[in-house]
Amino acid sequence: MTNRVVHFRIYRYDPDKDEKPYMQEISVEIEPTDKKLLQALVKVKAKDDSLAFRRSCREGVCGSDAMNINGKNGLACLTDLDSLEQPIVLRPLPGLPVIRDLIVDMTQFFKQYHSITPYLINNDPPPERERLQSPQDREELNGLYECILCACCSTSCPSFWWNPDKFVGPAGLLAAYRFIADTRDQATNERLDNLNDPYRLFRCHTIMNCVDVCPKHLNPTKAIGKIKDLMVSRMV
Amino acid sequence: MVKRLVVGAHYGIKDWLIQRITAAYMALYTVIFAFAALTLPAMTHEHWQALFSGRLMQLLTFLFFASLCYHAWIGVRDIWMDYIKPLGIRIALHVATALLLIGYLAWVARVLWRL
Repeated sequence: MTNRVVHFRIYRYDPDKDEKPYMQEISVEIEPTDKKLLQALVKVKAKDDSLAFRRSCREGVCGSDAMNINGKNGLACLTDLDSLEQPIVLRPLPGLPVIRDLIVDMTQFFKQYHSITPYLINNDPPPERERLQSPQDREELNGLYECILCACCSTSCPSFWWNPDKFVGPAGLLAAYRFIADTRDQATNERLDNLNDPYRLFRCHTIMNCVDVCPKHLNPTKAIGKIKDLMVSRMV
Repeated sequence: MVKRLVVGAHYGIKDWLIQRITAAYMALYTVIFAFAALTLPAMTHEHWQALFSGRLMQLLTFLFFASLCYHAWIGVRDIWMDYIKPLGIRIALHVATALLLIGYLAWVARVLWRL
């Protein structure tokens, strides 16, 4: 196995220096052990240390290195280099303000996440040990709690692009359903009231970009559908 | 008016449900209409007029257009809500859309019951 060269086109923008964003062409030599996009990106950074991007755990747990890879949002650390056409075009997540290069300002995204009260609400006195659930009730949380808040889904959603200040977005709504579905939570009605809004929930038009890009293979659209079902069953 | 972002209108689920129900009815009517049109003895003005002069067909057809108008109202309103940010222009477009759809429905009623 020999070293090979990978070609990149990378979105560059440093608001302190650049008048406007531009695409930088850069190639790096990678070793046979470099399998993932992030490994090659680290090599790019070694060659040109002015490039800025976020990364931390490098194994798909922290969600830091979400970016737009050849037109599709994903995590650099989970993306196989072999699966990508070259030159690999890297851009920041769409729809959020760019701080620098591939780093975006996620304030709006987390604002929406916080708006769904992403914590268990239970006013009963806490039991001696933990609040127990039956295995069946716990089963309902699978496919919901695994979200790492990388923002791949919300930033690929056209509804979130147009109304990031009003639409909760797929990540927030998946988290909302995670607490609605939790049998230990006592605020189901308040949570449904909070979401029954033409913007907060009903901007979702089941485009399903979120499902397409989720690096953890979660299904926000399905969770949103279940929220709607609960609202209907509460109403009729 | 203070410039604060306000969300929480507490409506939406009814519109969402009605949009689904009207879509289902329109799909059903399409089948009924296709069947009725294809089983006409001949595609002539007289047969066509006879088909739509039946009370039941008139009612079903009117319900179809009513569903279409309500369905379109929610859909078009959503488009204005997505793309038109200035409040005054948005309200004007909502009113224009509503009036246009009501007008269409009145026109349908006139066409159907003039036969």
